[in-house]
Order: sequence, then structure tokens, then C-alpha cells
Amino acid sequence: MARTILPFGPQHPVLPEPIHLTLELEDEIVVSAVPALGYVHRGLEKLCEVRDFHQMIQIVERVCGICSKIHAMCYCQSLEEMMGADVPRRAKYLRVVWSELHRIHSHLLWIGLFADAFGFESLFMQCWRIRERIMDINEATTGNRVVVSVNVIGGVRRDLSREHQTWIGEQLKLVEKEVLALKSTIVSDYTVKSRTQGVGVLTKDQAHQLGAVGPVLRASGWAQDARMLGYAAFDELDFEPVVEVDGDCYARLAVRFREVLQSVDLVRQALTRLPEGEISVPVKGKPNGEIITRVEQPRGELMYYIKGDDTKFLDRLRIRTPTFANIPPLLAMLPGVELADVPVVVLSIDPCISCTER
Amino acid sequence: MSLTDWINKGRLKSPWVVHFDCGSCNGCDIEVLACLTPLYDVERFGILNIGNPKHADVLVVTGTVNHRNKTVLKNIYDQMPGPKAVIAVGACGLSGGVFREAYNVVGGVDKVIPVDVYVPGCPAKPESIIDGVVKALDVVKTKLGLA
Amino acid sequence: MNDVITRITMDELPGLAQKMFGEGQRLATLTAVDLGDGTLDLLYHFDKDLVLSHYRLTVPKDAVAPSISGVYFAALLVENEIKDQFGLNFSGLALDFGGHLYLADEVQNAPFCKLSLTKKA
Ligand code: SF4
Repeated sequence: MARTILPFGPQHPVLPEPIHLTLELEDEIVVSAVPALGYVHRGLEKLCEVRDFHQMIQIVERVCGICSKIHAMCYCQSLEEMMGADVPRRAKYLRVVWSELHRIHSHLLWIGLFADAFGFESLFMQCWRIRERIMDINEATTGNRVVVSVNVIGGVRRDLSREHQTWIGEQLKLVEKEVLALKSTIVSDYTVKSRTQGVGVLTKDQAHQLGAVGPVLRASGWAQDARMLGYAAFDELDFEPVVEVDGDCYARLAVRFREVLQSVDLVRQALTRLPEGEISVPVKGKPNGEIITRVEQPRGELMYYIKGDDTKFLDRLRIRTPTFANIPPLLAMLPGVELADVPVVVLSIDPCISCTER
Repeated sequence: MSLTDWINKGRLKSPWVVHFDCGSCNGCDIEVLACLTPLYDVERFGILNIGNPKHADVLVVTGTVNHRNKTVLKNIYDQMPGPKAVIAVGACGLSGGVFREAYNVVGGVDKVIPVDVYVPGCPAKPESIIDGVVKALDVVKTKLGLA
Repeated sequence: MNDVITRITMDELPGLAQKMFGEGQRLATLTAVDLGDGTLDLLYHFDKDLVLSHYRLTVPKDAVAPSISGVYFAALLVENEIKDQFGLNFSGLALDFGGHLYLADEVQNAPFCKLSLTKKA
């Protein structure tokens, strides 16, 4: 049987971002997939040599606009540990609040895009409508909708007033109500199930061997979540990693759906236990030595390696983003998939190409 | 009314937009997408987002141009039928933004293709993106010789 | 540094990769650091149940490091990235982008090496 080579991307209607896959097809079935990257590569790790370590916060926030807050948090945590800063507890709780809000908006965004990938446009609209509530909270509390620049080395920049806390609580109640109203559609609708169940299966062993992270790993039966490391205030909050066992696209959808509700709960916990006090401490000195920090992003585990040499410029900054780790598993999922399911499978890892290529 | 008048009327009443993400951090990207969703809903103005550049009147570009995607960008621009307008969205699309010193960044969108409307912001807000599309329509109007 | 980094040599690397794979360690990533004296540090980060272990391999820039992508397929992207950014060659890459994973043909090679950044006006 002759094989067909089909280019997929870089500008493709279902892909919000440019990635190119060269698909080798036998009939309608994918035999192999080879990625071509570089359409979003900017080389911003290198910018640490011309911007000092405070200015780099703004750069790392723009590794990815969807989880900007969490990038900055990871970066700041690294430098705080390096320079021995004792971050106030209130700041830690506030970081949890904003990072979990980011997770909610990112997952809703993804569920919408994923639904759009298999042609379920009304679900896309619904998810994005709910998501706007989170964007409103971001705008009201930080001044920007997407890139919320709240982290500084030593704490956070903005505080939440009592009125804001109550208002966030009310908004979250609505978000929860509206998300639950979509539950029957997302988890038990015939269309959703028939397009996602059994598609793009990643077995438990494969997931681990190929280095999958985040929801992709958890959907294949591993209870591994970097939040269990207890950074920020996660050690004082109650949560259980969300795990599914099937490893198909449906399981990944289910994991993310349940994580939305989990994050709503975490924001609530953080707001009720929010301690009084300072929101940031001054940090003196310059970064020196090496450090590795991990946090959990909506897409999975994020890892920063920072090397400082006692100047205001960092010697090396390396960012291992979750999608970077999830591309090899994606390449393993694609063979055997029908051409029509390729967009669904590609989106199921929640690809963030600007993260991957930096 | 002649046939051309009808076509021009349709062009200006219902512009079709194609969105290309050059090297954006996703911030501007999701704001462009947010314009399509119920809160902002550009479809009520007749603005449609489509995937095929050959059907489009307006090209919305987010993000910085880098050495690899500049050919893709040029390609997409060339495939669009005239009269066309280009909107650069976000600080990145305008000048390279925070990334302008990075080694793989060429700069703003106007280094590669002519840009008609610049929408500032990092990220640009959906309201201003919609405003940008409206401005771009004036450009199309001028190009048609109707303004 | 919050964790210990064990030093290894180039000969030990393939054996180490095999051993880690056998133990069920997940390859988190590799990091390359230019030391500025013609050598590179390659850091291998492994993870098991949220515990990281790190191995450091120092190689001269013109050496050919053994690729571990035969054992850990996941190493493929990052090894290609290092090849792009530092110009370090790997032997036995499962899929070789030839130094053009990210970079278009006209771009300078190995932009991450020291003394290569020119500040634009
Ligand atoms: S302008 Fe800002 S938000 Fe938009 S793509 Fe550039 S860095 Fe991201």
C-alpha cells in the first residue's frame, strides 16, 4: 500500500498556534508523525544576559501568556530560595489564589478548544463564556486580563481587599454552578464520548517512560502532581491529585474537568485561611549558585534551572515547560490514529507551543 | 446597483478575518479568540473568523516575527486576495515587544509585510482588537476608492 | 543548590541511562550550561515519585556526547535543542534535526554559547 505524506500545520484552522507535523499515512491511518518546530522560537532564555534578574520576571511571564503567573511564581521562588528570602505567609496564599485562578481559566479555555476540535462549537462558546468571569477577577484584582504581573522577588505586588475576597467568592460560586451545569455534556454526551473514548491511548508504562507530565500523566493512572511538593501554601491546603486510568483523550478531558472544580475549591480554601500580614519582603543580594525548582502548571510540571554568578545578570536560565515534555508522548499516541482524529489527539495534550519553544 | 457595488457592500459590512500567530506568547492570541466568544462576540458585527487566507479580507497577526515564520507569514499574506488590510496586534507585533533583543527575533510584523493598523497593548484588550478591525475596514474602503 | 549533583563521565552515561530506565525513573530533562572555558556542563535530571536526582557530565564543546535517546525517547527533543543552541554533537540521536530544530538556515549557529549575543540598538 502506498503511503501518503501529509503536512499538518503550521497554519491550521484547529490549531491556535503554529506547529508543523509531517504525517505519514497509510489509507486514513497515521503511521508516523515527525514534528517540525521553531515557528515560535524567540530565544528568550538568552535574554537573561541583557536583562537583570528583576527585569527577567516580565520576560518569563511572557514565555506563555496562559500560565504567566505560574512561570513568574516559579522564577521568583527559585531566586528567593537562592537568596534566602523568607516570603510572608500572606504572599504565599495570594500566590495560590492567583495561580489556581489561572488553572481554572486555562482548563476552561482548553476544554473549549478541545470541543471545537471535534466540532462541538456550542460547548466551546459556553466554556469561554464562563472563563470570562475569571478574566474579570484578574482584571479587577491585578489590572490586566491575561498577563497578571503580581509576583516580585520576595512576595507579591498586590493585596486582596475584603470586598475583593467576598466578590471572588461569589464569582466562584457562579463559575462552579455553571461548570456543573456543563458536566453532563462534557462527561456523558454521546458526541464527546464517541470522538474521544479509546482515541490516542497512552498506557501507564508508556506515559512514564516517555516522560509525560501533568494531566497527560495523571490520565494514564499516575498520581503525580508537583503541587504535592508543597510549594507556596499548598502544604497547608487539602487536595488530592486527580487521576484517571484509561489514558485516552476522554480520560484527559475528565482529568482537566475535575481539576477545574478542584481549583475552585483550592481558591476558596486559600481565601478562607488567608493570614494577615505583609505581602512582600525586601530581598537583598545577588543570585549565586545553582537551583532547580518545580511547580505545577495547568499543563503539567514546570521546571526552572537557574545559575547565578553573583552579578545582576543570571548566568544561565533553563526552562523546561510541560508541553516540551509532552511532545514525545504525543508522537507515541499518533500512530494508528485516523486522520480525522489527529486534531483531537494533538489538542488532548493541551499543546502550548510558545512554551515549548520559548 | 451594479454587481461590484454589491460585492463591495458585502466586503465592508462583513469582513472575514484570518488570524495568524507568528510568535506570540499566547496572551494576544487568546484575546483574539476571546473576541469570538459570547462576551465580545464580533459576529454580531458580521466579522467572521475563518481558517483559509484565500477567503479573507483582513489578516490579524499576533506576536513577533522570527526567522522561521517570516516565510509563512509572507506566504499567507500573498495568498489573500486584494484589497486586503493587515492588523498587527500587541506590543510584539508592533515592534518585537519584550523580546526584541532575542537572537531569533526579526522584529515587528511591518518588517515583513505592510501593516495598516497597529493595536497596542501587552496583551491588547479584546475591545481594542475589535476597534482595530473597524479601523482596518476604513483602510479597505480607501483601497476600494470609496472613502 | 537544593539537591546533590553526582558527577559522571562520558563512559558511564549509557550504563547510567539503562540503570535509571530499569529503576523506573522518569527523565525530567537535560540542561546544558556553557562554562565559558570551552566546556559544557550537561545535567541529567531524573524523577521518581517527585524526588529528583541529578547527574553532571562535563564535556568539551567539540566532543561527541553519547545520546540517551535510544533508551529514553524523551531525550530526543532536548538533545536536538542542545545541538541547536550549543553546537554540541550527539551520537546516535533517534531523530536528528541537524541543528535546525528551532533555527532557520540563515541564523547563526549555536547562539547560546558565551560571547555570541550582540545587543541590538
Ligand atoms: S504583546 Fe505581550 S501578550 Fe501579546 S504576544 Fe507579545 S508578549 Fe504576549
